[in-house]
Amino acid sequence: MTLDLIISALVTVVGISTPILLAATGELVVEKSGVLNLGVEGMMLIGAVTGFAVTFTTFNPYLGVLAAAAAGAASSMVFAVLVLTFGANQVATGLALAILGIGLSTLIGAGFVGIIVIPFSSIFPDFLARDPIWRLVFGHSPLVYFALFMVFATYWFLNSTRAGLVLRAVGENDASAHSIGYSVIGIRYAAIGFGGAMAGVAGSYFSMVITPMWAEQMTAGRGWIALALVVFAGWKPIRLWLGAYFFGILMTLELYAKASGFSFLPSQFWASMPYLMAIFVLAVISARERTGSEAPACLGKPFMPTD
Amino acid sequence: MRIRFEKRPEPSKFMQAITPIAAIALTMIIGALLFDALGYDGQRTIKEFFLTPILASYKWQDVATKAAPLIIIALGLSLGNQAKIWNIGAEGQYIVGALAGAGVAYLTPAVESHIILVLMLIAGVAGGAVWAAIPAFLRARFRVSEVLTSLMLVYVALQLMGWLINGPWKDPQGHNFPQTAAFNDWQILPRAIPGTYIPPGLVFAIVLTGIFWVVIKRSIYGFDVRVSGAAPHAARYGGFDSARTIWSTLLISGGMAGLAGILEATSQLGQINLGFPSGYGFTAIIASFLGRLNPIGIFIAGFVLAITSVGGQVAQTAVHVPSSAGGIFQALMLFLILAGDVLVRYRLRIQRAAKAGASV
Amino acid sequence: MTIVTRRNLIKASAAALAMPYLGGRAMAADPVKVGFIYLGPIGDFGWTWAHEKGRKAMVEALGGQVEATYVENVKEDASALPVLRDLAHQGHKMIFTTSYGYMDQTIQIAKEFPDIKFEHCTGYKRADNVSTYNSRFHQGRAVLGTIAGMMTKTGTIGYLGSFKVPEVVLGINSFTLAAQAVNPKVKVKMVMIDSWFDPAKEAAATETLANLGCDVITAHTDSPATLQVCEQKGLYGFGQGADMSKFAPHAHLTAIEDIWGPYYTSRAKALLDGSWKSIDTWWGFKEGSVVISPYNPSLPKDVAAAADKIQAGWKDGSYDVFTGPVVDQSGAEKIAKGARLDDAALATMDWFVKGVEGA
Repeated sequence: MTLDLIISALVTVVGISTPILLAATGELVVEKSGVLNLGVEGMMLIGAVTGFAVTFTTFNPYLGVLAAAAAGAASSMVFAVLVLTFGANQVATGLALAILGIGLSTLIGAGFVGIIVIPFSSIFPDFLARDPIWRLVFGHSPLVYFALFMVFATYWFLNSTRAGLVLRAVGENDASAHSIGYSVIGIRYAAIGFGGAMAGVAGSYFSMVITPMWAEQMTAGRGWIALALVVFAGWKPIRLWLGAYFFGILMTLELYAKASGFSFLPSQFWASMPYLMAIFVLAVISARERTGSEAPACLGKPFMPTD
Repeated sequence: MRIRFEKRPEPSKFMQAITPIAAIALTMIIGALLFDALGYDGQRTIKEFFLTPILASYKWQDVATKAAPLIIIALGLSLGNQAKIWNIGAEGQYIVGALAGAGVAYLTPAVESHIILVLMLIAGVAGGAVWAAIPAFLRARFRVSEVLTSLMLVYVALQLMGWLINGPWKDPQGHNFPQTAAFNDWQILPRAIPGTYIPPGLVFAIVLTGIFWVVIKRSIYGFDVRVSGAAPHAARYGGFDSARTIWSTLLISGGMAGLAGILEATSQLGQINLGFPSGYGFTAIIASFLGRLNPIGIFIAGFVLAITSVGGQVAQTAVHVPSSAGGIFQALMLFLILAGDVLVRYRLRIQRAAKAGASV
Repeated sequence: MTIVTRRNLIKASAAALAMPYLGGRAMAADPVKVGFIYLGPIGDFGWTWAHEKGRKAMVEALGGQVEATYVENVKEDASALPVLRDLAHQGHKMIFTTSYGYMDQTIQIAKEFPDIKFEHCTGYKRADNVSTYNSRFHQGRAVLGTIAGMMTKTGTIGYLGSFKVPEVVLGINSFTLAAQAVNPKVKVKMVMIDSWFDPAKEAAATETLANLGCDVITAHTDSPATLQVCEQKGLYGFGQGADMSKFAPHAHLTAIEDIWGPYYTSRAKALLDGSWKSIDTWWGFKEGSVVISPYNPSLPKDVAAAADKIQAGWKDGSYDVFTGPVVDQSGAEKIAKGARLDDAALATMDWFVKGVEGA
């Protein structure tokens, strides 16, 4: 009974963490390249509505996710052109992207309210996916495995590939990366596009997995938590993965505490924990700056090649 | 043939003035096309959005009501932005300022004196400044990016508000609804002109625009701030204290956001409920860019943005576009003004051959 | 220190009233304009959608005598003020403000426009030209509680709430008492998620309740997320505000539907014939404001019969779920044996009955 309860709770944790993890993985790569894109919430919503609309039209959730990724990436290109080609302020442009995404998704989604789509079917056989214990491993939506795969792929990419090394170099010191002959702008375009696609997939998790339907602003601020998660993880993919589940455990524990009549702290305290902890980690990282931190040195600074 | 940008020795004054106007004009054109494409009457939508609030005189007071908080917050933000200090948590400071002011009201229900209003306003400024002091401290002491910390604190502020109005400050007469008790007559700020809805905040906005203009353009402090943003190294050699710039700009912008918050609370609804945070802190960031960080520009920008939000609601009844359309226009405007920035700092050169001549 | 003096008010409203008549004296056949402001989009499939249905029903019932406009997505902050003034300036004679959070704005604008009638939904502040109205949703909750109490196998049912406001507290208590009446052992686990709309959190909370042994879960929040999770897990749930069976064909046992049409029609009629007065209206099953959706075909006959009986009891007044003895969580008696609660006590209820667990 107790084991069953723990497993069930962990399944909830994985479910609530996955969209945050997806979006944060993309944002981590963007920030590693030295760009801060605050528009995650907007890109997620555009992904959510696109994924839903395409799934509704084609009856194929995989096509829906693909379309969500494409829509997320497309919306991120608006941001990329402005900050990379036009050298616009990243903070303001990112905020504008968030505002645009919220508005645009509402406008596009107006015709899709109140209908449902077929959800993903399980990719594992029922005896595994529905087993009381093994469902913790096999019982999830395909997007959960995709999120896991992407975190480790990102870890491998950043630490073990040449392209990953270049991307980090661009984020650490754009001027010298440029002088060695790397295309700072090109690499950042690619990183922003990846971040947009991941945010789009994260959005589709809301409209296709958690609740297969579309509703205005259904991501309810998870894009901002994803930003906090990147900071909380200190820009490290493995910590990002653990951090996402940690945030998920916090959110789930709050619900269990409430349902058991055992709420010793106000729920608002729990809800603000991800943000408070991100601030705390940021302060600790920055205080130890000399010992070498993972925060990209060029984060948020514009770069205009002057050749 | 390729297009390239060439850095101007001096930012172009002409471009600085013309790009915001061009951005607004382009927003209208793109917006009309976009709404046409989505199946609405694009031209009519633009008319209701941008012109009806100006042409219908009974809408002017609504525009002023929306513009006042935007101007007050954006003025504060512009100072930091000049020094390249990005406080994007004004929304949180706005909320905490309002809460601090409401706290004074909550603790003094029996005091029948206008002193309370003064104390509430001071508390509002202080509350916003305290909330901004957290990123200021982290930036000055640990070099933590104020962008991330100030943004995170918006969400902490929202939860703080939720807790106070659901818990300790909940109106005992309010049937358990999450809201504070209504301010009493001594705690409500009168309208700027009796008999109209023109908010007292407008008076503050006008006076503060003047003060900020003098401070930024004419004072040594304003000069320091501008230099430390334009050339941080020069500023350091010149003996300007970067910690002082960080602290002062963040505290001032936080205080202004807090002032806007308490002004809104005490002159509009007279209480704080769940609907209180209305995004002024974020929209003000657009206002400060649209106004080119210039106090008079910001005053105008505040009105332009207020027109679009009043217009958004007019368009809703008239053309039946969803209310979210307002956000789309504001985002478009900010995108275009930011894109236009490049023309202020750079010259557009079209080259035939790939002969790259470094002519900076 | 009121700034708007009475004289100013009269001037302002006189100017406002002059506007619609500028084009010459209105003809008697001109329809009377009635305005609505909505909290959500009309397509939210919940609260706002139900009010929009009510508006349409009113227009249909009264033919060409009324013309009704609406503004959707009006925030519950000061921005509702200009929206209301706008409707007033456009010549609307009666304005329905359809969410609790418009209460003070409604009162304030009603002062500015004393000749316009206002109708505020779910609030408690009235004025000479402001009426309030609400529905006895808790009557419907008693029907759901009866069904849940009979359908549960684990003896534990879940209630997902938003905030501890009277409407939700009433709903939980009514649901629990009705369930206990048919199944004395039943326990109700409650979770408040501090939001009316957050599908991800609603889904996680539903899973949590299911994991803690609840096999029937009802939601007092606005999205169908709870139903969708119940459908996936093979549990039972109920629709909120509207028939949501298409979101969960198996899990959806029935739903409470909010029907505002009859009230809107009656108020518009009162306006037309001049009999409008400021009143507080609280309609339920009897008046047709609260309606139970068709039962799921899989619902056993005896359960359906029991649910029907509760409905019939509400309609003829023979049944009231809040009939004593009722004790609260601590065991203290709240309603004496045989007594019933009056409306004032219902409207301010802030205690939970024994058998409710959680926070």
